[in-house]
This record gives sequence, C-alpha cells and structure tokens, in this order.
Amino acid sequence: MIDQNLPEIPCRELVELVTEYLEDRLPEADRRRFEIHLEQCEVCRLYLEQFRQTIRVLGRLPEESLSAEARAALLTTFRGWTLARRPGR
Amino acid sequence: MNAHVSNTPGIPLDDDALIGALRSGDERVFVDLVQRWAAPMLRIALVHLGNRAHAEEIVQEAWLTMLRTLDRFERRSSLRTWVIGIVVNLARSRARTERRSVPFPEEPGEPSVDQARFLPANHPRWPHHWAIEPVRWPTPEDDLLAGETRQMILDAIAALPPSQREVLVLRDLDGLPAAEVCNVLGLTDTNQRVLLHRARSRVRGAVERYFGGTEAK
Repeated sequence: MIDQNLPEIPCRELVELVTEYLEDRLPEADRRRFEIHLEQCEVCRLYLEQFRQTIRVLGRLPEESLSAEARAALLTTFRGWTLARRPGR
Repeated sequence: MNAHVSNTPGIPLDDDALIGALRSGDERVFVDLVQRWAAPMLRIALVHLGNRAHAEEIVQEAWLTMLRTLDRFERRSSLRTWVIGIVVNLARSRARTERRSVPFPEEPGEPSVDQARFLPANHPRWPHHWAIEPVRWPTPEDDLLAGETRQMILDAIAALPPSQREVLVLRDLDGLPAAEVCNVLGLTDTNQRVLLHRARSRVRGAVERYFGGTEAK
C-alpha cells in the first residue's frame, strides 16, 4: 500500500463508511484511508457511485399530492380558524 | 412541484412572512403551503399508516394542530420542519393506537452488503476485498426513474423498517438537514446516520438485485 503509516480499509469495511464519508463525518485519518482505498480500488469506486446515484434518484421520485376533497376540507378549516381569530368574536 | 420554493408568484418565502400571511387570513398562502408541503407530509404519514385515506386524515389533523398552535411556534426549526414534526407525532401515536406497529424494535446491526460477497479474512492477498462485485446498472438516472424501475424503488422504500424509512424519507426524499431530522424524530446524530446508511444500502441493494445482482439482502 502507498502509505505505510495507515492501515488499509478493506472493501468490506469501506461499504459501511459511505454515508459517514458523504456527510463528512469521518475523522481525518479515516477519510484519508477511505480516499486512498478509492484511488486504488475500481470496484469500490463503482460502489460509491451507485450509492450516490441511489441518493440522487431518491431525491427525484414523484411527489404525492392531497386529494381535492382533503384540500377543500383544509380550506374550510382555515376559513373557520381565521374567523375565530377576528377581534370582537 | 419543488417543496422548497413556491411556483406561485407573490407568495412569501420566509417563515416570518408566511406566519404573518396565515395570521392575516391569506387563503392564497395557505392553499399554496398545503399544496407545496403535501408530499413531505404524506410521505412521513404513510411510513406509519399503510392506508392512503388515513394518511390524508393525519395531514389534515396536522394542519389543524399547526394553526391552533401557531402562536406558540418557537422557531427552533423552519416552519416546514415543524409541521412535518407534527405529522410524525400524530402518525406515530395513531399507529400505536391502532397497534399497527409495535414500538420500533432495536434492529440488530446489519451489513450494508451481503458478507458472502467479500473474500475471507484469511485470504492471502486480498482479505475482505470484493469477491462478487456490484452489478453495473444503467447509468442515466432517468432510466431508474422510469415506470417499472421507479415502482421497484418505491417498493424497496416501503419495505424498509419504519425507523429507517422515516430517516430516508426526511433526508433523501424531502431534503431536510440532518440536524432537523434528529430533532423531529428524536434521534441522536449518530443514530440518524446509522439508520440513513442502512436504508440507503438496502435501496441500493434492491436496485442491484433488480438489474440481476446477487445481493442476498
């Protein structure tokens, strides 16, 4: 391995650290070991890219929306709330 | 529709202005918020309530609670996060009442990837390195978001244990910051990250399996 002072992270351990790495929560020494491993390991680079892609896809899933009935009921609720707050009532 | 930014012109964006508009009875602002926040509110309600109609009821109840307690809103989070937190509490308590879910069991630590896919510890050259590599899948994300593949991802999310699904929905689908998710769900920072990692790992594994992978989890 390139850096004799740093024990290597094996692939099996790296896959457990991906979220900590992406959230920038790895201690500096571990982050360096993580990145050294990535430089040398094409398979873990693929794994990381798939992980990132999964996160991007999750952020682009179609959105749910409320039924027209629920929206109408909520507007009635809001009108009632507004009326009840008027001074003098 | 983007949950963070209103598409309707003239709708205020910052919380102070929103609260002011609600207090003054501005229906346009209320309707816009109901629409814009429907997705995150429904998603988190659906974690605990299997049924769509029940989830909509919880969303309506949450808005009522929100209006009733608006004057006491302490602004320790954004208005949106606060409302989502109200949904979390209502949905969890409804689920408890209906005994649909027992309190979250402590899940045993589960590996992100099936351990059988790595070489043994005593491998002479590459201990604990990949033995069975991840299966490559189509790289354009649009392919993953189309039809059947998208449904497979939604199914994978639905199959997550509730504690993982709550975090995944709030962080990755709704884009809430980690600190607000911890606050809303009552989790420590570390716990939040562990649950998020397990959930993401499971969804990645499901995608891989769909494309012919050997992921056993």
